[in-house]
Amino acid sequence: MILTYAIATAFGIVSAAILLNAYRLFQGPDVLDRVVALDTMNINAIALLLLAGIWWSTDLFFEAALLIAMMGFVGTVGLARFLLRGDLIE
Amino acid sequence: MTPLLIVLLPFVGLILPIILARHSHTAATVGALIPTTLSFGLLLSLAGDVFAGEVFVASWPWIETLGMNLSFRVDGLGMLFAILILGIGTLVVLYAHFYLSDSDPRGRFFGALLAFMGAMLGVVLAENVLLLAFFWEITSLSSFLLIAYWTHVPLARQGARMALAITGMGGLLLFAGLLLVGHIVGSYELSAILANGALIQGHDLYVPALILVLMGAFTKSAQFPFHFWLPNAMTAPTPVSAYLHSATMVKAGVFLLARMHPALSGTPEWFFIVTGAGLVTLTFAAYVALFKHDLKGLLAYSTISHLGLITVLFGFGTPMAALVGVFHILNHAAFKASLFMSVGIVDHETGTRDMRILGGLRHAMPITATLATLGAAAMAGIPGFNGFISKEMLFYESWKLPFIENEWVVPVIVTVGGLLSMAYSVRLVIDTFFGEEGDTPAKPHDPPFGMWLPVALLVAVCVVVGVYPSIAEPIVNAAALATIGGVMPEGYEHLSLWHGFNAAVVMSLIAIFGGAAFFMLRHKLFALAERYWPNLHGKLVFEGLVERVVDATRATTASLENGSLQRYVMLLIAFVVAAGALPFFLFDFAPGNLPATELEPVTIVIFGIFVAACLGVVANHKRRLTAIVTLSVVGLVVSLSFVKFSAPDLALTQLSVEVVTILLLLLALYVLPKETPSEGGFSLRKVRDGILASVAGLGTGWMSYMVMTRPQDSISMTHLEKAYYPVGGGTNVVNVTLVDIRGFDTMGEVAVLAMAGLGIFALLARLNPEHIHGVTRRVLDRYPVMLTSATRPLLSLILVMAVYIFMRGHYLPGGGFIAGLVATVALIIQYMASGQQWSSERMPVNFRIMAIIGVTIAVLSGATSLALGKPMMTMLVPLGEPGTVMTLYFDLGVFLGVVGAMMTILTSLGVLSRPASAETLAHSKETNPWKP
Repeated sequence: MILTYAIATAFGIVSAAILLNAYRLFQGPDVLDRVVALDTMNINAIALLLLAGIWWSTDLFFEAALLIAMMGFVGTVGLARFLLRGDLIE
Repeated sequence: MTPLLIVLLPFVGLILPIILARHSHTAATVGALIPTTLSFGLLLSLAGDVFAGEVFVASWPWIETLGMNLSFRVDGLGMLFAILILGIGTLVVLYAHFYLSDSDPRGRFFGALLAFMGAMLGVVLAENVLLLAFFWEITSLSSFLLIAYWTHVPLARQGARMALAITGMGGLLLFAGLLLVGHIVGSYELSAILANGALIQGHDLYVPALILVLMGAFTKSAQFPFHFWLPNAMTAPTPVSAYLHSATMVKAGVFLLARMHPALSGTPEWFFIVTGAGLVTLTFAAYVALFKHDLKGLLAYSTISHLGLITVLFGFGTPMAALVGVFHILNHAAFKASLFMSVGIVDHETGTRDMRILGGLRHAMPITATLATLGAAAMAGIPGFNGFISKEMLFYESWKLPFIENEWVVPVIVTVGGLLSMAYSVRLVIDTFFGEEGDTPAKPHDPPFGMWLPVALLVAVCVVVGVYPSIAEPIVNAAALATIGGVMPEGYEHLSLWHGFNAAVVMSLIAIFGGAAFFMLRHKLFALAERYWPNLHGKLVFEGLVERVVDATRATTASLENGSLQRYVMLLIAFVVAAGALPFFLFDFAPGNLPATELEPVTIVIFGIFVAACLGVVANHKRRLTAIVTLSVVGLVVSLSFVKFSAPDLALTQLSVEVVTILLLLLALYVLPKETPSEGGFSLRKVRDGILASVAGLGTGWMSYMVMTRPQDSISMTHLEKAYYPVGGGTNVVNVTLVDIRGFDTMGEVAVLAMAGLGIFALLARLNPEHIHGVTRRVLDRYPVMLTSATRPLLSLILVMAVYIFMRGHYLPGGGFIAGLVATVALIIQYMASGQQWSSERMPVNFRIMAIIGVTIAVLSGATSLALGKPMMTMLVPLGEPGTVMTLYFDLGVFLGVVGAMMTILTSLGVLSRPASAETLAHSKETNPWKP
């Protein structure tokens, strides 16, 4: 019972976080702000997926979360490299 | 088996001279002689039985549903032609050995020659008419390569193109004609077609079929008005001319007349068209030949004229005329090949072929002069040579044969033809070898023994057949029997030199003496011709036509394709909208009646962001990097929604594709401007595009809504119940569908991906971007230590993840495609963090080869079931646990294909940044915010 409320609350908090990420992502002002916002949004998406996994009692979401973690990292690295050096592979 | 081998040997053997040509000239010649003589030997082993009247038919199924079989037929006619093709082919190879100069690439020459030889053999030995048409096309293609052999000569290229256009067009018409004939008979096998002549001739489609088939024959055999390609093909090396225009290429047309003779001949239509075309060609070409100063030009028109003569004979439709036609094919091949070779020798040794320059060569080159004179005598039809006998028989057959209701037309025309033939033959000999010695570019002398030996052999044939015609009887009789269709002509006993004093003798005498007189008057005729020669050339007409067609197609293309990518996208989407809108109007717009699912707050938030991100991409599209970042949000939300709506496979794929796409875009962005140039202010075009985009998007959305609100069974349930476990042996319906049920699609897709990878590699390999716009280097450290140390352990982690996803794919979400993308990401991050050099040193893998190996594994594992007698892609072959093994291999192929292709693409794009020197980065800033 307490879990229901806890997860519902957590959903609310994570959703609010995602909204804030989105605000920063659209607002900028710098590209760096947007990249950081995207990365944070990825992390919040992981949280969302794990919460959903607990909610529906399934472990199928776990891989998707893991993949977001990895892919999000790689994407962020790519963007960061592009911003710092202008190219991805040297 | 033997007929198949005869045809295939030249094709298989064409690799020999190509390989051996690197070694030495002699090796290349030997390499070309091996398949030729082997094939010739096999052919001769059948000759005895064929002369005795036997017909060998051998058949293997090929594309049975289309009625196309790999079936061959060796009868008298095929045997005669095959002997000419291989016999003269052998001599031509030998002759070419001496003719070609050191700078001519011999491998290519002999390779194309053997391909042509094999194609000709296929034409004359085919039993299935579709197979005949198939080989017919190959003769057109390979003769193109031969005629254009000296690719640096523009005239050779033009001549080859013209020959290809004319004979290729004829080949298509012939194909249509043969399809009609096959349709009438109900079979494409010659045995059935030849036996059903009455059925074909009584059918409504007889005339169209006849005209189409004859168009094929006339274009190939250079009959008027399609003759002009042949003289223009004289730009080919002389061995090619000797081969193509005596024994093979142009003879394919008259071969077709002979081949279809039992089925199509004997009707007034046949007689009128074939004889008519033949008569016009015969006289017209003989007349033109007399005025050609170029030796090869003279022979070219003489060839056209003699082909006309053979056409006339087949046109008569009588058994005896067909026999004479067959006989003249043999005779013409012998003397024309020898003459082409003699002329080639003259050209080779003196450096010119112009009869106005040449003269008196009999002193300098006595052997060539003798051989050429004998060959020309055969061409002129002097008694004692083979040409005389067949011409005499032609005269006899033509006597009082009514044409256009007049019995004088044919005899007069053929006599004139014979007269002109005599005249140009005499001219060829006198102007080249007699008279005053000409001032030639090179000092003439006789060629080496090996070069005149082929000529001597051919001339020997002319003389022997001319004196003892009965020696040619077995082959001529057998061929005539096949042409006529079973019964030898009445009154015919033997080929003989003297048939008694009759009209033919008178015609012959007129031809010989008239021809000589005509020759005497030649200078006056030349002067007349100079003045009144019509300035009309088939070549000019043809080139004009081609130019007009090219202009028309260019204009059509230009009106559709103006180079604007926006326009293409607009047209594409407009078409999709139009096609997609049609069902709406045909049926209805109403959504279904399924109740909407419950709307959770989280979903509202997520999809709110989704819509905002889509709008954000549009709003930010000019600032490309910002657009890419915003696009990532779209991808993330799409993945999340896949998870929510129970499509974990799609979610995993979407996530991997997403990051790879972002990396690709970033890599490409390096060489592209970082900002989209301004498109200007308000314009009607923007409004139009905006409306189109909105209609397309909203339409798709509404369509999805309609589908989702209607009650229907989920596809996955159907698959689950019907197919996936019993057939595919797995429990993950997506993966089973990909690797088994729709495995063929997957195979194609992986192949396409690999091709795309190789294509991108090829495109980018030599690209050296001149300007890299707006690159800002904010840090000087190329490989930040934080990044390198964080990413190296990730390699193994992500690879383990890839293996895990790969292995369980058949039962739970995953599979080769997702695993391949994940592994790609694992590898590419090393490139990004530690650099190209560091990574490729530690990972010496050629990803292009990996992609090819992957596709190969996929194809092979799909084809394994073929070996077990099951259809392709039957994955449930009994190897251990049902299906698992084969699908695993297939998925491994997919995995390797994806990794290879994606890594190829990513690294080729990455290479672009390597030449980023100070000059190319002229517009870049190098700033370091952390510099003290």
